[in-house]
Amino acid sequence: MKFAVIVFPGSNCDDDMYYAIQEGLGEPVDKVWYTEESVADYDGILLPGGFSYGDYLRSGAIARFAPVMASVVEQAEKGKPVLGVCNGFQVLLEAGLLPGAMQRNRSLKFICRPARLVVANHETGFTSEYAGGERITIPVAHGEGNYYCDDETLRDLQANNQIVFTYEDNFNGSKEAIAGIVNKQGNVMGMMPHPERATDQILGSDDGLKIFQSILKQWRKSHVLTT
Amino acid sequence: MSLLLEPSAEQIEQEKIYQEMGVKDEEFEMIKKILGRLPNYTEIGLFSVMWSEHCSYKHSKAQLKKFPTEGERVLQGPGEGAGIIDIGDEQAVVFKMESHNHPSAIEPYQGAATGVGGILRDVFSMGARPVAIMNSLRFGELVKPRVKYLFEEVVAGIAGYGNCIGVPTVGGEVQFDPSYEGNPLVNAMCVGLIDHKDIQKGIASGAGNTVIYVGASTGKDGIHGATFASEEISDESESKRPSVQVGDPFMEKLLLEACLELVKCESLVGIQDMGAAGLTSSSAEMASKAGSGIEMNLDTVPQRELNMSPYEMMLSESQERMLLVVKQGEEKEIHDICSHWGLHSAEIGRVIDEQRLVLWHDGGKVADVPVDALAEDAPVYYPESREPEAFRKRQQQKAWRPDVSDAKETLTDLLKQPTIASKEWVYDQYDYMVRTNTAVLPGSDAAVLRVRGKDKALAMTTDCNARYLGLDPEQGGKIVIAEASRNIICSGGLPLGLTDCLNYGNPEKPEIYWQFEKSIDGMTEACKTLETPVIGGNVSLYNETQNGAIYPTPVVGMVGLIKELAHITTQEFKQPGDAVYIIGEAGEDFGGSEIQEMQTGSIDGRAPNLDLDTEYRRQRDVLKAIQEGMVQSAHDVSEGGLAVAIAESTFGTGLGAEAVIAGDVIDELFAETQSRYVISVTPENRKAFEQTVPDARYAGRVTEEATLHLLKESGETILQASAKELENAWKGAIPCLVKSKA
Repeated sequence: MKFAVIVFPGSNCDDDMYYAIQEGLGEPVDKVWYTEESVADYDGILLPGGFSYGDYLRSGAIARFAPVMASVVEQAEKGKPVLGVCNGFQVLLEAGLLPGAMQRNRSLKFICRPARLVVANHETGFTSEYAGGERITIPVAHGEGNYYCDDETLRDLQANNQIVFTYEDNFNGSKEAIAGIVNKQGNVMGMMPHPERATDQILGSDDGLKIFQSILKQWRKSHVLTT
Repeated sequence: MSLLLEPSAEQIEQEKIYQEMGVKDEEFEMIKKILGRLPNYTEIGLFSVMWSEHCSYKHSKAQLKKFPTEGERVLQGPGEGAGIIDIGDEQAVVFKMESHNHPSAIEPYQGAATGVGGILRDVFSMGARPVAIMNSLRFGELVKPRVKYLFEEVVAGIAGYGNCIGVPTVGGEVQFDPSYEGNPLVNAMCVGLIDHKDIQKGIASGAGNTVIYVGASTGKDGIHGATFASEEISDESESKRPSVQVGDPFMEKLLLEACLELVKCESLVGIQDMGAAGLTSSSAEMASKAGSGIEMNLDTVPQRELNMSPYEMMLSESQERMLLVVKQGEEKEIHDICSHWGLHSAEIGRVIDEQRLVLWHDGGKVADVPVDALAEDAPVYYPESREPEAFRKRQQQKAWRPDVSDAKETLTDLLKQPTIASKEWVYDQYDYMVRTNTAVLPGSDAAVLRVRGKDKALAMTTDCNARYLGLDPEQGGKIVIAEASRNIICSGGLPLGLTDCLNYGNPEKPEIYWQFEKSIDGMTEACKTLETPVIGGNVSLYNETQNGAIYPTPVVGMVGLIKELAHITTQEFKQPGDAVYIIGEAGEDFGGSEIQEMQTGSIDGRAPNLDLDTEYRRQRDVLKAIQEGMVQSAHDVSEGGLAVAIAESTFGTGLGAEAVIAGDVIDELFAETQSRYVISVTPENRKAFEQTVPDARYAGRVTEEATLHLLKESGETILQASAKELENAWKGAIPCLVKSKA
């Protein structure tokens, strides 16, 4: 399975994502510069964390207009797995691939710490390797991770099982402690915690690896069926 | 000031306008002699910044020469953007620390942010990938609203810049003392990694080669920043706010990635950051080092504003700019890389044979001065040094002893002292994990980063207990080096070398200069004994307000090499049943201690004792025990003494400890005698450990029950406390102080 890590000016977790795939998962991966016009050759698309365009204007607001994004949206609509982490999640929200928006953390301060998460839905293409309700540790590092959506959207998310991860301790003030969601089709996921930072015991946790393993498993299943 | 309004050369002399720029009368005479004529406004501007203390080290040079700067691993000592030390496998570690005290005193967010930006550029302009940022901060007591404001904004500024550019801020230190009220210290350190083949130098050689400017446009910010940093802080400092630069970490991220590509180009001859004194220092220093000159047409300098004068352009300290020298005819490769990263690159001049800095503007020659005169020939001063009367008196004093009626209460109070208390409130705001190499997180004796793809790691720490230096600069200077190396040792690393940031008051006052001189003597002796060369650093003088000078605060940033990942060691106890050892005995060392400050509100007496030979021997013994796999946890005894160190070893573990305290209980628990450690060892390794570390005394064991239980040799309990309660006191202190209303 071949992965693309999209690199915007100001992305800074692109290397981390790259190594998580290459070393942690052991699959081929390329960094794809924001000016590229197509990501059609890739089987999975990863939007890394960082401060794309300095987070100026609003996090993710400028990156969604980057040339590569048209192709990312197109591939997402075709059903390819797209994962946005932290700033990548913010870009997915701005691009309209996921519902809701991010506000500044309740404390108005940047928060970096290993966070305890609950796997709220383990029946997605991103979480099938986890057990339902499993508690895991994945680091967070963000200033604007306070997820917000209106009540109607929240009811939709709940009705469709789109809430994938929640915080055990809702330190940033997110609505319903939401840490990660998928789209209705289940192929686009955004999450504030950084699974790529939890892929090696020496870093304190490898709980994040199962997300990438789940993506790979899903791809293998569909790949065997279609060829 | 527009060109038309600039004073004439004659006015500058007659009205002594040079004095406003910090140039002394005798220095002006020297400049006249060098030029053989009167300097014009632009030229006196060039001299004033290059001859400022910040750029020329004119009051400190003579002392700095004492430091040992060589060692078999040292690839680059002081003199370049940053020093470089070999770590094997054709790799090297590049690091440097720098102060941003004065700007942070008046505009804390931007002052701290640009401090981080500047030190990053020093490292990546050498061709190295920055892998970690550390910092060392000093504030007044965390009580007054102004101090809280400075503290919160400095931390936010460091976070804002480091988090955005994506270099982890992995640790550092924060201390609070009334001596820093109104004059906080903000020292930032950057550590980078480089392959030997990529090492760059800031030189401008080869007449005809092209000078290229890369990065942000030049604006009117930061003009005379270096001069401002070379005077005392006063009520007028607020009016120097325009001297403070404004940072753009997004621009720096682009510049960083572009530079790391540029350094791989054959066409690149030299590269230097435009830091303090901006375009002036980068061009003059690169030319001076190469024995050549530079000619620039200032009309081609990218400018943020209309009608900027040569004076403003040359003295601007706008951030995120880099100066390159590129082989003539091969400029396109450089421009292409810059444009890929969305950066401006402009050809602004060329290298010339004559060793002069020649500037053109609007068709006319606006400056023509010898580069060496700017970069090398600043006067060197040997200020008068005088031992203060108070020092002599302190040496005669009978040692002060604390009043401890309830050891548990005293320990709890100590853990709540802001200097000792958990700094989680601070580092929670720093992204310390980005780049996924941080193996030991902030809060331990030293931060540890793995070297990706290799079975080895780097340990790093910043340290300085300035109270000891306030009492005795020489003894305190030794302790700074010893403590930093001890922290590296505890993490499992061999100390490789250090960078320093020497923060003092006004050196033109004899008693301040005495502090400077004596502390460098102490540091030098310790560096020699402990085999830690000084590979670079920075001097920040004139840290004074109306209320006097800061404590002498020579902060040290030390880096060590952990030979195998398996050697990485942390301070926390690991499992119940492990044996607890205490290395070293305490004396009546309460001078400058945390408990003295807590109980009397000030410090007095003699600084703690330190025997450098004992220090060295114990360091090597402990490191050997770690490398041979005997050690479960290691923590050095520092501020607060042994009781604090044992308590800290239980924090975050859910475990407790039971230990017998031999000797005088008050000394043992609360004195700050040096060269001491708390170490835990698995029961089967006890014998081997005792043989390897003969100074270790078996004291007790790690317990399943989360209680700290300390006993006398007679079996009588000294204190018994819930480890969780102690931890809560330690964790809650700073958030509580920040929130409380003064």
